[in-house]
Amino acid sequence: MVTRPADPETANGGDAVWRERLFETLQRRGAVVVLLIVIAASALTFDNFFTAQNLQNIVLQGAFLGLIAVGMTFVIISGGIDLSVGSMLALGGVLAAQIVQVSWPLALVLPLLVCGLFGLGQGLLIARAKMAPFIVTLAGLLGIRGLALALAGERPIGISGESPFAWFGQGQVFGLAVPIVFMVVAFVVGGLVLVRTSYGQIIFAIGGSEESARLMGLPVDRTKVIAYTVSGTLAGLSGALLAARLSAGDPNAGLAWELDAISAVVVGGTLLTGGAGSISGTFAGVLLLSILQNLINQVGTLGSYTQQLLSGFFLIVVVLAQAFLTRKRIY
Amino acid sequence: MRQKGLRTKETWVNRASTVTGALDRSAVTSWVRGRGVYVAFVALVVFNLAITPNFASVATLSNLLIQVSPVVLVSLGVALAIGTEGIDLSVGSVMALASVFLPLYIGYGWPVGIFAALLVGAMAGLVNGSLVAFVGVQPIIATLAMLVGGRGLAQIFAGGQLLIVSDPAVLALGQARPFGIPAPVIVATVAAIVVGFLVKRTTFGRYVVAIGGNRSASYLSGHPVRRTLLAVYAISGLLAALAGIVATARLGASDPSNIGILIELSAITAVVVGGTPLSGGRVKILGTVMGALLIQLIATTFIANNLPFTWAQVFTAAIILVAVYLQKGRGAA
Repeated sequence: MVTRPADPETANGGDAVWRERLFETLQRRGAVVVLLIVIAASALTFDNFFTAQNLQNIVLQGAFLGLIAVGMTFVIISGGIDLSVGSMLALGGVLAAQIVQVSWPLALVLPLLVCGLFGLGQGLLIARAKMAPFIVTLAGLLGIRGLALALAGERPIGISGESPFAWFGQGQVFGLAVPIVFMVVAFVVGGLVLVRTSYGQIIFAIGGSEESARLMGLPVDRTKVIAYTVSGTLAGLSGALLAARLSAGDPNAGLAWELDAISAVVVGGTLLTGGAGSISGTFAGVLLLSILQNLINQVGTLGSYTQQLLSGFFLIVVVLAQAFLTRKRIY
Repeated sequence: MRQKGLRTKETWVNRASTVTGALDRSAVTSWVRGRGVYVAFVALVVFNLAITPNFASVATLSNLLIQVSPVVLVSLGVALAIGTEGIDLSVGSVMALASVFLPLYIGYGWPVGIFAALLVGAMAGLVNGSLVAFVGVQPIIATLAMLVGGRGLAQIFAGGQLLIVSDPAVLALGQARPFGIPAPVIVATVAAIVVGFLVKRTTFGRYVVAIGGNRSASYLSGHPVRRTLLAVYAISGLLAALAGIVATARLGASDPSNIGILIELSAITAVVVGGTPLSGGRVKILGTVMGALLIQLIATTFIANNLPFTWAQVFTAAIILVAVYLQKGRGAA
């Protein structure tokens, strides 16, 4: 979110300036515009698309991915990446399902704590030991999934429906499913932190140029460590909520969700190179993926693989648009 | 490239200390760092010889090699992509695509089937390569889109079902044993030698490394940067297709939803553990092959000793972290 002062060249309508303007608008609002178009088109095409029930279903489907995507947005804007979130989600779910037999409040706290700690560890390796985020979190993806599988004995652990813990997945607040409430809170808080706090500004600064941020005396290491810790914590929360929703902690849950989360963030206009992006864009990206799935279910005759094809297609269109509009000299 | 500069200086200092005859501790650690994957591999083999029953048997060895063959094939292409400071995440989906095209065209004879499979792999690679070379899309995103979309496409072509392959010539690729050596192992070995030759002995190999070191500098020196990148991703797609064919031949069927799934992670692990830095500028083919063998050996060790397989995954993750941490000292992380 860079607000530029009025550029004198704008009056002349220089091609480069025009292109930059258009790009900035598209990057910030493009996903929202596409989202609105897709919603309008679907509402006209399918009779039972624009019903309260179906809309809530769409948002609920996206809620678990949404929680992960908030953390991912911070990490990606800071110029990093977190591939471990899918495995974290599985670990969070398994831990919740295991501990809920002992005490249900602990089932909500422990996954967040453990996944947060793993996130902290990854953050320390990345920020302090200067290891590549891609590799550290790739190791996290493998190792944490292995841990989740080992803890669960490689099969889902059931959660009794009578436990108060189930409310966090299946209950409602003011007619809204609880996971949706969690997601909305995460997006609102995430958006405010990113735009309105110095922490958010430091994230942008690091993504723009880590070297400059360091030279300005900004707490680069601490900021990065916090970003990965938050990403892990949110993934753990998402896992616990998903376990409550499905009444089971599945160690195979969240497989390849890191890719969905990255797609949602990138479709939402956040640059994978870091330094630019928005939480609102990510929200639109998550909803787009979720609507895509919903539409495919509505049509009914299409296989689930059509969704993969369409997501891949969406991703490439967005990235191509970004690449053409920011056309720099490519060697 | 400040990091590269540091590395040069360090090797220079090390060389100086060897010249003076003082083989100090830092020289030893540096030697281990450069060959960590070999040391780890030998250590694990010795451990297995001592602990695992029936480890030193032909059956164990040939199983290990057969299982590792597709990973080796795919890793070679990924190593080239990583060498140019890129990455290829799409290899698993390209395997699935090739695996589907093989039975679709095998009605015209097995050479046509194999050619179609290889062609679709190369095409997928060319799409990746064009996005990277001409449009300037980041490799991770271009190949991520192919990873997501490619498997969907494969399933659409397959109509969401398993396609049986019964052509004996194709099945031989997965199951024959000329001179007692399993065919997949021969395919992987030949591919490794060819790619190794490309990297070490051809100008193409020098271009790959130069682009990974510094893309703009390479362009300004008059290297054919775009053509090289295009070729790198096409080769990676071709190798992935070859891996898909071998896997299909072993299975006797094309299974687009399972073939090559998550293999990109094993490949990246093999490449990185083998000493090729993610930041590009260096390609270690022998190291990559050893990295793939090491990962497979870890899995075999756990299975053979009746340890839960999932802990093998945790152990592999630890190995990755240690390997990359050790390389870091060489400015390679």
